[in-house]
Amino acid sequence: MKHLDLHTLGPIIALIALIILGALLNPAFLAPANITNVLARSAFIGMIAVGMTFVITAGGLDLSVGSMAAFLAGIAIIAMNTVLPYLGPNWGTILIGMAVALTGGLIAGYLNGALVTKARIEPFIVTLGTMGIFRSLVTWLADGGTLSLEYGLRTLYRPVYYGGIGWITWPIIAFAVVALLGEWMMRHSRFGRHVEAIGSNDRVARYSAIDVGRVRLMTYLLLGMLVGLAVVLYVPRLGSASGSTGVLWELEAIAAVIIGGTALKGGRGRVWGTVVGVLILSMIDNILNLADLVSPYLNGAIQGVIIVLAVVLQREKRTAEER
Amino acid sequence: MTVLALKNVSKSFGPIQVLHGVDLALEPGEVHALIGENGAGKSTIMKLLGGYLDPTSGEVLLDGQPHRFTSGPQAEAAGIVVIHQEFNLAPDLTVAANIFLGREPGGWRLDHAAMRAQTIALMERLHCRIDPQARIRELSVPDRQMVEIAKALSRKVRVLIMDEPSAVLTHREVGTLYEQIDRLRAEGVAILYCSHRLDEVAHLADRITVLRDGRVVRHALRGELTEDGMATAMVGRELQDFYPPKGNPGSEPALEVRGLSVPGRVRDVSLTLRRGEVLGIAGLVGSGRTELAEGLVGLRAATGKIRVNGQPVRIRDLRDAFAAGLAYLTEDRKEAGLLLEKGLRQNLTLATLERFGTWRLDTRAEDAALDRATQDFDIRAPRRDMVAGKLSGGNQQKLLLAKTMLPDPRIIIIDEPTRGIDVGTKRQIYAFIRKLADEGRSVIVISSEMTEVIGLSDRVLVMREGRLAGEVLGPTMTEENIVRLAMGVGNEPGGEAA
Repeated sequence: MKHLDLHTLGPIIALIALIILGALLNPAFLAPANITNVLARSAFIGMIAVGMTFVITAGGLDLSVGSMAAFLAGIAIIAMNTVLPYLGPNWGTILIGMAVALTGGLIAGYLNGALVTKARIEPFIVTLGTMGIFRSLVTWLADGGTLSLEYGLRTLYRPVYYGGIGWITWPIIAFAVVALLGEWMMRHSRFGRHVEAIGSNDRVARYSAIDVGRVRLMTYLLLGMLVGLAVVLYVPRLGSASGSTGVLWELEAIAAVIIGGTALKGGRGRVWGTVVGVLILSMIDNILNLADLVSPYLNGAIQGVIIVLAVVLQREKRTAEER
Repeated sequence: MTVLALKNVSKSFGPIQVLHGVDLALEPGEVHALIGENGAGKSTIMKLLGGYLDPTSGEVLLDGQPHRFTSGPQAEAAGIVVIHQEFNLAPDLTVAANIFLGREPGGWRLDHAAMRAQTIALMERLHCRIDPQARIRELSVPDRQMVEIAKALSRKVRVLIMDEPSAVLTHREVGTLYEQIDRLRAEGVAILYCSHRLDEVAHLADRITVLRDGRVVRHALRGELTEDGMATAMVGRELQDFYPPKGNPGSEPALEVRGLSVPGRVRDVSLTLRRGEVLGIAGLVGSGRTELAEGLVGLRAATGKIRVNGQPVRIRDLRDAFAAGLAYLTEDRKEAGLLLEKGLRQNLTLATLERFGTWRLDTRAEDAALDRATQDFDIRAPRRDMVAGKLSGGNQQKLLLAKTMLPDPRIIIIDEPTRGIDVGTKRQIYAFIRKLADEGRSVIVISSEMTEVIGLSDRVLVMREGRLAGEVLGPTMTEENIVRLAMGVGNEPGGEAA
């Protein structure tokens, strides 16, 4: 256990170091307004990354989540604008929009999962395909431009992103709940155990009477639903969706999962690590924006270095365990 | 003149000393068998000789000179070739490419014709018809083993170290293997042969070294040790009654199978398993034994009628089989049985997790189950929180047996109960199996080891080419009769196959 602890704590140590660095570079970093900002921005990728943790741990992958988010935001906005003349600008209309986003997420997740488990196509290929499909669909729906929520609805919906309990806004609360439930599911539920078993060796899982296909499908459904939930909280932020909504979210989510210590080949999932990974990524972004030390344009480069570093550390851990 | 030797070698991994002052000398033109229970230190010795490990103290002598290889490839250049139990083949490359991997003939352009020609020559020498252009992935396990052997033969080998080479081979292939060993011996190659099969050690070895707990307990020459003597030296106590006494099966059928077929593998097999019976299934590798078992428990698509305790049941997948009281212990412990990188607890309960909760798994109950399993099946784990892959082969098998028994099945199908396991654990597992039958359960044992099937079973069915070739029981239960049926020579198919 001794050498393992250091590696397990690696992401946390990195996070603490980042917080200290941020505070040293700019005192405004620790101001409640900034913390709220960082956490709220993390929330979307965060919820998606929690779902991604399950998909990756079961030995899968989903590249389509960013496009899926854009598409879901698009259809939710269209749905709300369509029913607006009949229902008026009220919560009923917004609830319909939310329902469309969530159900759409489930259907999209089912599509990915069914292609992987029933048609037996590589997850990489399937989601590369659906990534293009969702992205293209939302661009088409927006006719190359932007889908905007009607003004009346926008003011009503706004507090879902900006409001909350004190400075803790709803997206932060939703992210926290998703993270806690996800961590619980991975560690203490039968589903989580099955997910790890399948990612570890799906043949052993099959020979242990586990319905491998169903569990895999469930991970994609879970992820789709979480993308839907992220969209529900994202739409009130800008009140619009376009072909460039959610670009590269999939890579940020996958990066957060990897930084958090989940093995890309599956078998070992760490939801809390994913949460730490998301926070690390968005904090780097935030610090670069606050401090003039390095150009914010180099954000991507720094994130890239951290991802590679995290994998190197994971590999060292494995060799240490083999001894 | 000794080629390669260990002189007073000790080896420690951290605080644990695994070898204590071992002396071992390999002479040219001799087959030297190294035997011992799992964990006795055989693989450490092989790794020391093969240049994969350095001794903590003592010396490795090459041609009488102290020598230290820094790597396996360096040792290979000196003519020391190791055939590992786990294959060292690239699955997507062809047979020829694998044999010449790392020393391809030709300059910057590969000489495909030469590689192919030499591979064909090697395969002829091994009497096997493996296409040099076939990819390893497409080959059966025994064929892969033959490729490993061909790869070793293709090198200028002075010392050949073989780890359980016959474990996955069929009868005929084992014959070819022995032939090649004789031939290499005649050419003056020094051979170290590790095996759990004492009959083949008695047959092959000119010299035997017995290891126990990291110490050499016996050096012997050909003929000095009987198989019983070897087993006794390995475990350090008299092995009376290696196999438990046969039982008294009841007459009522526990499982009736009628006309079971697995497309392309098993054709029209009917059998009856009685309560309290241990039924052996023998046959050559590839005769459809495993496929029959997997078809029976729903791991493969199969047709046919199955009755359990007289009631017809439909088994479409393993969950149906569990519900009907059937369980299957796979032959492939490492790839289908256990999650090697997961803990003992996770492995034990994996197939029966629904008993331990849905949203909140009761880890305390799981721990209690592990305690019980450790006791009932005598699983010797240095630490509770270790991963299953770190257990010795014998203890892995006991853990797998415990996992299989956790749903409390009435009918248990055990495929290769003791593959790659030391003698002491084998005996324990035989006793467990007999005990299951004595408790009124019914057991089917599939095994490639003739003595095991005969020693353990009340009755033996023999399979050949996907069909039941016949049944042997009582006084007819002899190795000769089984081999005849398995190979399809003489003898009418008898018993239930008719």
